[in-house]
Amino acid sequence: MRKKKQIYYHLMMFPGLFLLIIFTFVPMFGVVMAFQNYIPAKGILGSKWVGLQNFKTIFTLRDSRQIFSNTIIISFWKIFLKSVVPVSFALLINEVENKFVKSSVQTIVYLPHFLSWVVFASVVQMIFSLEGPVNKVIGSVGLEPIMFLGTNQWFRKIIIFTESWKEFGYASIVYFAALTGIDPGLYEAASIDGATRFKKLIHITLPGILPIILIMLTMELPNILSAGFDQIYNLYNPLVYDTGDILDTFVYRMGMTKRQYSIGTAVGLIKSTLGMILILTANKLVTTFSDRRMF
Amino acid sequence: MGKAVMKKRIRFADIIIYMITIALALACLLPLLNMAAISFSNSAAATAGRVGILPVDFTVNSYAKLLKEAQYWRSLMISFARTILGTIINIVLVIVMAYPLSKSTREFYAQKIYMRIVLFAMLFNGGMIPTYLVVNKLGLCDTLWSLILPSAVGVGNVILLMNFFRSVPKELEEATQIDGANPFQTLWNVFIPMSKPCIATIILFCAVGHWNDYFTGILYISKIRNYPLQTYIQSVTASFDISRVTDPKKIQEYLTISEKTLNAAKIVVSTLPLMIMYPFVTKYFKDGIVVGAVKE
Repeated sequence: MRKKKQIYYHLMMFPGLFLLIIFTFVPMFGVVMAFQNYIPAKGILGSKWVGLQNFKTIFTLRDSRQIFSNTIIISFWKIFLKSVVPVSFALLINEVENKFVKSSVQTIVYLPHFLSWVVFASVVQMIFSLEGPVNKVIGSVGLEPIMFLGTNQWFRKIIIFTESWKEFGYASIVYFAALTGIDPGLYEAASIDGATRFKKLIHITLPGILPIILIMLTMELPNILSAGFDQIYNLYNPLVYDTGDILDTFVYRMGMTKRQYSIGTAVGLIKSTLGMILILTANKLVTTFSDRRMF
Repeated sequence: MGKAVMKKRIRFADIIIYMITIALALACLLPLLNMAAISFSNSAAATAGRVGILPVDFTVNSYAKLLKEAQYWRSLMISFARTILGTIINIVLVIVMAYPLSKSTREFYAQKIYMRIVLFAMLFNGGMIPTYLVVNKLGLCDTLWSLILPSAVGVGNVILLMNFFRSVPKELEEATQIDGANPFQTLWNVFIPMSKPCIATIILFCAVGHWNDYFTGILYISKIRNYPLQTYIQSVTASFDISRVTDPKKIQEYLTISEKTLNAAKIVVSTLPLMIMYPFVTKYFKDGIVVGAVKE
């Protein structure tokens, strides 16, 4: 019986493992392209080996420095807002006593998370377009209209702001959960001592959810290299490559448009390697400082 | 006296709080309301940017036009097909992988090695280009399978469900095994019913992911007739997809054929399945089951 059970378990693992091998592990061997001058007609076995040449090219390109810094700057601000805004929102709604308002607002703010960036980007494009409402307001006070998505000065700010707009509600779920976990006795005791609403917020609520804020921040660490491909791909254009081009969009254009497979793969490899280190670090931090783990 | 002042202050704070929260909720509703308003508006008003949250010169013209656009409905059917088929494959694979992985090494001697393989697949990947080359080599490009198979195994979901399975009481499992049930029967009769909320959440997220995904379509599908819906919408609404078009004349062309009201109608219809399902599914993710780290 015991032996038979083992066979069943192997059988269960097989289909998923088979697909993982083909679509995840086989491509991992494809990273050798990063060390070759890959030519599609010759294939991986026939292409010339160039060692670290592609990486040298990447590090000397002015563009790539720009792309790395763009990625990190955009994701830094996104991560920052992804904790500040949802936490503030959760704290705000925690103060709302009307149950109907509370639950309807919650349901509504989760909604944008479920829209695709294709849909959300066309809304963003419209709102920030030259004829859009934002420029209408700017025009009404007598200022020149601004091409928000076409100027380097504004592009990043729009990216960071719209990401927060789309995701703040959904990101606040975890803080709602943490808030309900705070012992109501603490508030009662504080009320008896004559603490004001604000004092309770500072001395009970915030310390109560601080651990979860730190955990969520740590878990965002690996995303520092992502910066949100779907959003940027749907909003950027060549005018704002200087501030908006990130690792993933660069890899996409290198590989799929310019057919520079080797350079694209090399940048991808740098990203996956650093990404792996970051995930492991984040997991280590989370397990060390809390009773949770990422995987 | 002191008390009265205090009461007034609290009321004032309450008003502010209500105003901000309601404003934020509106900010989240606005995009969709605006899209809907544009889709029902007169084309000239929409182009001039005169449409807010209510239609201007109400008309259903753009929907009449949309009905005649065969490719839209073809893409919609493709999206339905991939969402249903893709989600079924996702969830079946997640369940059958999570179960053996939830066993201890004493119960399943190879658990550790499988776990290492799965974890490695989560931590590292070959990247976009090598994956594309594999899919292309297998002749999957321009088929429905290219939208489903490369992401068929969601490793994160496997780990999520695995942790859920581990919390199922051992006694239940032992009881079925005394009755001589094989692992498939145990999984079906005990573990799946016990993990319904978790499985429902995973199904929800896989389905939304499939429905919303446009990028695998861009990557693996070259013929427009095979585009899933979001890829199709992306190709018509992106004012110009510069990474593909280099000829300035083409860009001009893209700009002139972009029809605001029709595109809005396309977007509205594409979000309808989501909107219809939304009220029924909110309770699953409200529990916060998918967010946050796993508790030890």
